[in-house]
Amino acid sequence: MLQRVYEWVDERLDITPMWRDIADHEVPEHVNPAHHFSAFVYCFGGLTFFITVIQILSGMFLTMYYVPDIVNAYESVRYLQGDVAYGTIVRGMHHWGASLVIVMIFLHTLRVFFTGAYKRPRELNWVVGVLIFFVMLGLGFTGYLLPWDMKAYFATVVGLQIAESVPLVGTLSKTLLSGDPEIIGAQTLTRFFAIHVFFLPGALLGLLAAHFIMIRRQGISGPL
Amino acid sequence: MSEEQNHNVSRRQFLTYTLTGVGGFMAAGIILPMARFAIDPVLQAESAGDMKAVASVDDLTDQPQRFDFSYEQEDAWNTSEVTETAWIYQEGDEIVALSPTCTHLGCTVGWEANQDHPEEFFCPCHGGRFKKDGTNIEGTPPTEPLHKYEVEVQEGTVYVGKAESQV
Ligand code: HEM
Ligand code: FES
Repeated sequence: MLQRVYEWVDERLDITPMWRDIADHEVPEHVNPAHHFSAFVYCFGGLTFFITVIQILSGMFLTMYYVPDIVNAYESVRYLQGDVAYGTIVRGMHHWGASLVIVMIFLHTLRVFFTGAYKRPRELNWVVGVLIFFVMLGLGFTGYLLPWDMKAYFATVVGLQIAESVPLVGTLSKTLLSGDPEIIGAQTLTRFFAIHVFFLPGALLGLLAAHFIMIRRQGISGPL
Repeated sequence: MSEEQNHNVSRRQFLTYTLTGVGGFMAAGIILPMARFAIDPVLQAESAGDMKAVASVDDLTDQPQRFDFSYEQEDAWNTSEVTETAWIYQEGDEIVALSPTCTHLGCTVGWEANQDHPEEFFCPCHGGRFKKDGTNIEGTPPTEPLHKYEVEVQEGTVYVGKAESQV
């Protein structure tokens, strides 16, 4: 049945080359854990992506209940965690995933570093990788404020002071982030929400696309 | 494959089955909690709804009168005071409390709200009309009678519950 549907579509649109080009390629022996168990270190990039997908999915579902407003944010998080079925699990996925994705990206970076995979001709992909890392940190920083509890608030107070300590543009960038020169409040929360849910995920997807396209172009780096 | 049956599973088949199985299990473990989380509003048990005091029996006549009543409504993390209206009259021993929500598309009806239609409920939106007992008048847009509140009388006070369809 599925086969017939596929053939019907393929006959008209010739979709086979499209997915072949993406999915159908050799996994070299030196990155295959079935050949050398130590090759599991090559999995960390994929695991980083896997957890990123979980973050995006669980985040989309959290926004069904979450409101970015200082009066209601805390209560809405409490409601979605305490009263909605599986709320603890869905929030837990997003909460623990946020830390795990940093662990994975760190291990992935170590592998790239110690296998020398960043060397010519792959310098640009190292640069894109570092940008992805910064975007992840940004997502962690902006997401942390959203529950609007004491821990969230004071973590953001500290984070904004770090931004303020930057020479020359410090005050400017702090105000730009918090939406007010003095207050960390209503406008800070809405800004952080917009950055967390639209701007940074958008940037992240663009960078990931660049990362993966470059890998397909250049192939995985050779054995040591 | 040959006539005599070959029950051996090839390496490729084995890998296909185990990887699809494990992958499917993991995907389900990720998707199902989120799906259940999303459809929770559909599966919430309906709250019984308290009876609210609206009027004193002494104030009732055989003409529908408008009574407003307020109560606390819990909407997820937001609790607010909402006000509803009932049109109430007494006929013999029976007390009838009708909901003002038009059964066409939900506008608000009023008793004798239109001079041309005395002794009727009238809806200004598309000219829907209802008789005193709530029955919709043939030839006007509404398709069923006005909903009727559950009514209870205690010590001379009229209490209403949920408005329910008469059909
Ligand atoms: C790599 C991607 C992401 C990371 C690292 C991340 C990180 C975080 C962190 C650390 C929190 C605070 C969680 C807590 O204190 O329990 C959070 C909250 C939140 N995030 Fe994300 N996030 C990511 C992507 C997304 C996306 C794509 C969306 C929506 C489309 C989203 C929506 C939310 C919402 C609504 C909250 C507030 C609810 C809560 O605090 O549980 N996130 N995020
Ligand atoms: S809503 Fe009342 S007549 Fe249409």
